[in-house]
Amino acid sequence: MPKDGGIGASSKRREDVRFLTGNGKYTDDINLRGQTYVHFLRSDIAHGTISSIDTTAAAAMPGVIRIFTGADFEGVGGIPCGWQVTDKHGDPMQEPAHPVLAQGKVRHVGEPIAAVVAETAAQARDAAEAIELDIAELPAVVDMKAALEDGSTKVHDDLTSNLCYDWGFVEENKGAVDKAFEEAAHVTSLELVNNRLVANPMEPRVAVGDYDKSSDDSTLYTTSQNPHVIRLLMGAFVLGIPEHKLRVVAPDVGGGFGTKIFHYAEEAFCTFASKQLNRPVKWTSSRSEAFMSDAHGRDHVTKIELALDAENNFTALRTETYANMGAYLSTFAPSVPTWLHGTLMAGNYKTPLIYVNVKAVFTNTVPVDAYRGAGRPEATFQLERVVDKAAMELGVDPIALRRQNFITEFPYATPVAVEYDTGDYHGTMDKLEEIADLSGFEARRKESEAKGMLRGLGVNCYIEACGIAPSNLVGQLGARAGLYESATVRVNATGGLVVMTGSHSHGQGHETSFAQVVAEMIGIDESMVEIVHGDTAKTPMGMGTYGSRSIAVGGSAMVRATEKIINKAKKIAAHLLEASEGDIELKDGAFSVAGTDKSVAWGDVTLAAYVPHNYPLEDIEPGLEETAFYDPANFTYPSGAYACEVEVDPDTGKVTIARFAAADDFGNIINPMIVTGQVHGGIAQGIGQALLEGAAYDENGQLLTGSYMDYAMPRADDLPFYSVDHSSQTPCTHNPLGVKGCGEAGAIGSPPAVVNAVVDALRSAGKDVTHIDMPLSPARVWDAMN
Amino acid sequence: MAQVSMTVNGTAASGEVEGRTLLSSFLRDTLEMTGTHVGCDTSQCGACTVHVNGTLVKSCTMLAMEADGAEVSTIEGQANADGSLNVIQQAFQDHHGLQCGFCTPGMVMTAAALLKENPKPSEAEVRTYLEGNICRCTGYHNIVKAIMAASGQDVAAIAAE
Repeated sequence: MPKDGGIGASSKRREDVRFLTGNGKYTDDINLRGQTYVHFLRSDIAHGTISSIDTTAAAAMPGVIRIFTGADFEGVGGIPCGWQVTDKHGDPMQEPAHPVLAQGKVRHVGEPIAAVVAETAAQARDAAEAIELDIAELPAVVDMKAALEDGSTKVHDDLTSNLCYDWGFVEENKGAVDKAFEEAAHVTSLELVNNRLVANPMEPRVAVGDYDKSSDDSTLYTTSQNPHVIRLLMGAFVLGIPEHKLRVVAPDVGGGFGTKIFHYAEEAFCTFASKQLNRPVKWTSSRSEAFMSDAHGRDHVTKIELALDAENNFTALRTETYANMGAYLSTFAPSVPTWLHGTLMAGNYKTPLIYVNVKAVFTNTVPVDAYRGAGRPEATFQLERVVDKAAMELGVDPIALRRQNFITEFPYATPVAVEYDTGDYHGTMDKLEEIADLSGFEARRKESEAKGMLRGLGVNCYIEACGIAPSNLVGQLGARAGLYESATVRVNATGGLVVMTGSHSHGQGHETSFAQVVAEMIGIDESMVEIVHGDTAKTPMGMGTYGSRSIAVGGSAMVRATEKIINKAKKIAAHLLEASEGDIELKDGAFSVAGTDKSVAWGDVTLAAYVPHNYPLEDIEPGLEETAFYDPANFTYPSGAYACEVEVDPDTGKVTIARFAAADDFGNIINPMIVTGQVHGGIAQGIGQALLEGAAYDENGQLLTGSYMDYAMPRADDLPFYSVDHSSQTPCTHNPLGVKGCGEAGAIGSPPAVVNAVVDALRSAGKDVTHIDMPLSPARVWDAMN
Repeated sequence: MAQVSMTVNGTAASGEVEGRTLLSSFLRDTLEMTGTHVGCDTSQCGACTVHVNGTLVKSCTMLAMEADGAEVSTIEGQANADGSLNVIQQAFQDHHGLQCGFCTPGMVMTAAALLKENPKPSEAEVRTYLEGNICRCTGYHNIVKAIMAASGQDVAAIAAE
């Protein structure tokens, strides 16, 4: 019987009511008295030297208040990078300056050059068109391998080359890995591209800077997944504003998917200009601007090799990846192809020897950073494709080959420096075979063939690492931030609670699921718990939401803070009941003395805490408010198995997703409805990557996919109903809720399933196809067939 | 600047606009009705969808002056008279047909137009009708399910988790 509240219940989302009635409060819905508007003049060429910027005519246009250029930001810090990777020689990565507005050169299409502040948005836009710009165009560097050739044009003159870093992992294992390849009975190799994507949350980015002269305080309203991180980076590294004079608010945020983690120039500009002008300054991105200024995702070119022994056991894995950084280092860009990618290369398999090499490259393109999954989809895609290819070459069943090599004993220390605490990979595969009805596939293939269509089945596994931590470890790996999470639980006199979390919800439903956890712990109705997030003035220092960390890390902080509340409340209850604290039990919102019928209600205890007339004042303070910071001992490791069935039209190459099934192990589940929704969304993004999406540049660095007219977003009629199951649960062993995280799984697990299925479909028609690069457009599939 | 007047959700509304002012801007900036969202600049995403004289319109694609004298319906006018969610809105909540909420106003307005034209749409008909509305969060599964549920169809049978 499903629960109707608390942990495990599919509680309806409380945030839905405001969203469904037009009462959400997104950043663009904020308008302040005296507000001005900024429009950024952006580079329309990929690489060039700025000869002159003449703003004379523009400044005289109606409504123009001031025009800013790079010269106004001399002496102002640049946009910082939050992660320093050390290369295989032990040297730090090359780290270029990243100005708020271009200084002397432009390095990608979309880079902001000047900012026009005017009374209206239209006036700012009009005036920007009147700026006379003279840029001497330079050759653009777009292709990563060409960028590393001797004599290539450099994106940054002050760096030695376009190589950000050359990373080897684990460098000490390289010799042993190479030796295993020499001794292998079979080697399968595959070269592939993990296509460049644009995250495209439906809400474009917005920033509103608001300086208060009376208090000398600055406030930034912004579309961010992590307002405290923005406050720290912008305050300390860009503008030199101490954190106690800077407030960052991220209200309702319309999706993030990674690209709203990062600190962007527009945020710093609006905050800076508001103080300069002593008026609020608002920027609302158009979708066209978003395509050329939001950090992109993926964009890896990889060669992967898998060594097997004569019994088809995996003996070694070796990869070489080129990872595009774009023109500048976005906030967490260096970590994505390294620590979020290399550490996942073991996947679900007990491959004993692994070596990962990653060369990160600067190009004249928009910066690339984390996008849903961030490194883990790239790892999963190449691994699951090469395993499928190995099965094909060896003539064995791809599921059987996977099962033969599954890790089955936990904890399991991989050769790539992480230790999986729990998992049941056979269990999720068993569940997948059931929900996907894999035994019925051959009959469905015959039905498709009778219609003249090719049908293929693709299956793959994935392992994810969520809740990246602990802080002291990630510090050693180069993170310039901690990765804990915080929560303050404030109990009011009448028994209601406000939980202030450092996590941030931008579609995940935290206001509902977080309340379920706290309500369950105390035994009260969920409606008594309010979740507050997204405002540095209200919540304790928190690291925000990304990497599927909110329930695993943020939820754990909330549990710890609530435990402190309960412990103190028990002391108060013991006093009120004239009993020993050790005998007090909390159940269903009442404290009782074990073995007796004496009890006191939750609300009586909370009232006593704030009206302490009958209260042990000599022993404990009045009030009931506690804060906890939780720093996990390890990552969590969700895993799963996915199956995709496609139909391919042999005449056109068009691929249709016929069936899609996902069996995930997320450990314990707080709200099954929300978890299922997260998987659905991830699958759609994964199918989008596999079939439709791809950011494309021409050889001059022009972005060819700059709008929804030419960047193919998945639409309702591109996708099927999905079959999703998360009943296979091995609880995380090291956090109090036993949870693992579910936000990225769908996007990680689905691309290889789709490509495996299409390759299978083509091979069923006798086509000698081993791989097609994503997106699998009809043209690419048709080319592969013919 | 010119004066435009229209009826929005049954209430008279007017304001000064430029010739180039879009209906979406008039609703959001002039009338301060921010429930209608703008998610793109090429008329693709559908977040700004409203009804004008009973017809589905992307309000970023219509000038405010073109709507002079029109009857406009927006997300703010969809709830029941007592403030409770209407059948479509309730189905979206019941079936988790929204996550971040940004595309939701357009989805609800589009669903209302669909069900007016076609009271019992099939899955394929719902998906085709939603072609002009992009959602990045839900993968559409629960949106399609919610719309079919709002039409009175038994979705438990047709859309397993």
